Amino acid sequence: MATKARTRAKQVDAQGGDPAGTLRDYYEQMSLVRAFELRSGEMYARAKIGGYCHLNLGEEATVVGLMAAIEARDYLFTGYRDHGYALLRGLSPERVMAELFGKTTGVSGGRGGSMHLFDAETRLFGGYGIVGGQIPPATGAALALKYQESAGPDAAAVMCLLGDGTTNIGAFHESLNLAGLWKLPIVYVIVNNGLGMGTTVEKASAEPELYKRAASYRMPGLRVDGDDVLAVRDAARDALQQARESRQPVLLEVMCYRLRGHSVVDPARYRSPEDTTIAQQSDPVPSFRAELIASGVLSEADATAIDEAADARVTEAVTFAEESPEPDPDDLFAYVYATAVANAPSALPGEPVMDAL
Amino acid sequence: MTAATDTSVASASLPMTKALNAGLRRAMLDDPSVLLMGEDIGSLGGVFRVTEGLIAEFGDKRVLDTPLAESGIIGTAIGLAMRGFRPVCEIQFDGFVFPGFDQITSQLARMRNRHEGGLIMPVVIRIPYGGHIGSIEHHQESPEAYFAHTPGLRVVSPSNPHDAYWMMQEAITSNDPVIFFEPKSRYWPKGEVRFDESGTPLHASRVVRAGTDVTVVGHGAMVSVLSQAADLAQAEGISLEVIDLRSISPIDYAPILGSVQKTGRLVVTQEAPGFVSVGSEIAATVAERAFYTLEAPVLRVSGFDTPFPPAAVETHFLPSPDRVLEAVDRVLAY
Ligand SMILES: Cc1ncc(C[n+]2csc(CCOP(=O)(O)OP(=O)(O)O)c2C)c(N)n1
Ligand SMILES: [Mg+2]
Repeated sequence: MATKARTRAKQVDAQGGDPAGTLRDYYEQMSLVRAFELRSGEMYARAKIGGYCHLNLGEEATVVGLMAAIEARDYLFTGYRDHGYALLRGLSPERVMAELFGKTTGVSGGRGGSMHLFDAETRLFGGYGIVGGQIPPATGAALALKYQESAGPDAAAVMCLLGDGTTNIGAFHESLNLAGLWKLPIVYVIVNNGLGMGTTVEKASAEPELYKRAASYRMPGLRVDGDDVLAVRDAARDALQQARESRQPVLLEVMCYRLRGHSVVDPARYRSPEDTTIAQQSDPVPSFRAELIASGVLSEADATAIDEAADARVTEAVTFAEESPEPDPDDLFAYVYATAVANAPSALPGEPVMDAL
Repeated sequence: MTAATDTSVASASLPMTKALNAGLRRAMLDDPSVLLMGEDIGSLGGVFRVTEGLIAEFGDKRVLDTPLAESGIIGTAIGLAMRGFRPVCEIQFDGFVFPGFDQITSQLARMRNRHEGGLIMPVVIRIPYGGHIGSIEHHQESPEAYFAHTPGLRVVSPSNPHDAYWMMQEAITSNDPVIFFEPKSRYWPKGEVRFDESGTPLHASRVVRAGTDVTVVGHGAMVSVLSQAADLAQAEGISLEVIDLRSISPIDYAPILGSVQKTGRLVVTQEAPGFVSVGSEIAATVAERAFYTLEAPVLRVSGFDTPFPPAAVETHFLPSPDRVLEAVDRVLAY
């Protein structure tokens, strides 16, 4: 397991630093992601959710920090561990939960599922189930931005999220080379939770300090503590600023822990008890909550109210998803091609043959 | 961890995962040049636990946990094969083979021909494939046609634990690359595995249920769907002859043509989309070679020509006994 970078002592400074309201917002977001993910796990166990389901549990501070840094005009690409990002990008818990349930009211009408959350309106360009699938398209989107806009503080940039294990696939290296060579406005964020399924970073990567891989592509690489929401936010903001203003791609490595198995069905038996203990001890949700209470930003009652509200919000989402209609098999052909293509299959198989007979 | 399966007995009732495990283990015991490579296949034993226990028995030089890099895994296997090893690569799920597709189709498949027979390529690529487990795209697909289309590759798929045990060993002793498709929905049901002899060579297809009215052909998980269809048909007085293809490339046509001589009617089935598919190939060949014995056009029952659908509607996408029987009715009515 990689050692964590403690970029700075954990502290919340309601006076000198962020306004109390901002900190409270962050806690609300963390609490929402936590509640959503716990419930997703439950719904999966109750067979309401098909396919595979990868949770952001343990990564909430990273999710909130990154989503606090990205602007509405920016584009977000992510892997399959995408629920929290979609929620904080502004997709309603109802539509995200319905997508997990595979219902027509989901963000993609149930076609994408848990791993492929996509919403053009909020510039969330997926959700990718194939490891590394998101990295070249994100790089292409950054090339498009470079063509379409001039650099500056108001320019848009791309944020491309990926896991530690994903840095070993060819697409990662091909893309970073392009971005470095062409000076593209993109920030690649490695969410390093120490594990790719059951394989540790040390067992998978010749250079386990993953941010150092940036050197090969002449881009800045840096590592930040993923349990520290403010540190993540600030590092990501700086990186995005370089992308916007100087067309300088950046590789940002965010160190966190995966609280549970790789996906809901993984009991994670490969994990050592010590590692599980560390993961639990560094759980960012209770620690941020305790810090906010200690520093007077929240009272215990406030924090409890926030947690309860998050839970209630998720309950509404589940009810909505449960009550939404299932997809109609006849619609499966509706979005295969952009325009009607002569002679392309457009009906369930068997029927044309029956007519011919 | 579970103990290794005892293969010194006459037979055992095993799920396909265990039969594959026993086949891999047998091959590793028989030949020290056999080694396994893949993501999380060591201490985790693979996502489906097919390689469970093998790293403990054979060590981490023969059971290699690799980084996440399909192109690297398959390309490395090619190099190992050039120097006399017999690598068996695990791809976690059907949809994850494509980062390695270039190494398979551009290199692995052509190496022997390119070097005028100067080397052999004994590489097995194991791919859990197919649907029925509610797992949406990338995790339930049937990409066998891409590989069957590529000269130089052998492509097989067992439908039951006995065949899985034997076909795995034969694939590993093959001096050509074998793409070994494991029907993941058949991983868990138990079946009898006889350890004395296979009974059927790797590339033979086989009549698994005799019948007289309509021949139905399929591979992998389709074989059990066809057996269910045959039971239902029997209740209606229709007799289906069920053929398990087993080998997708090359295809053993003798049992198929022999059966069609008898029935005059053929329905070919597959989970993959029907367009340019293995079923299309069989239909075309039977039309070429048995035109005068056919009493009806050959019909295909396939997945839809769409990306793999959401879990809730996958039962429509995947051919069911009912869809097979509709096609049976049509060829009978013709
Ligand atoms: C091409 C490909 N190969 C294998 C997989 C199976 N797989 C899914 S996630 C994963 C591990 C990825 O780990 P990491 O990049 O660290 O992301 P994390 O799951 O920790 O967020 C693997 C091997 C896949 N989805 N795609
Ligand atoms: Mg990881």
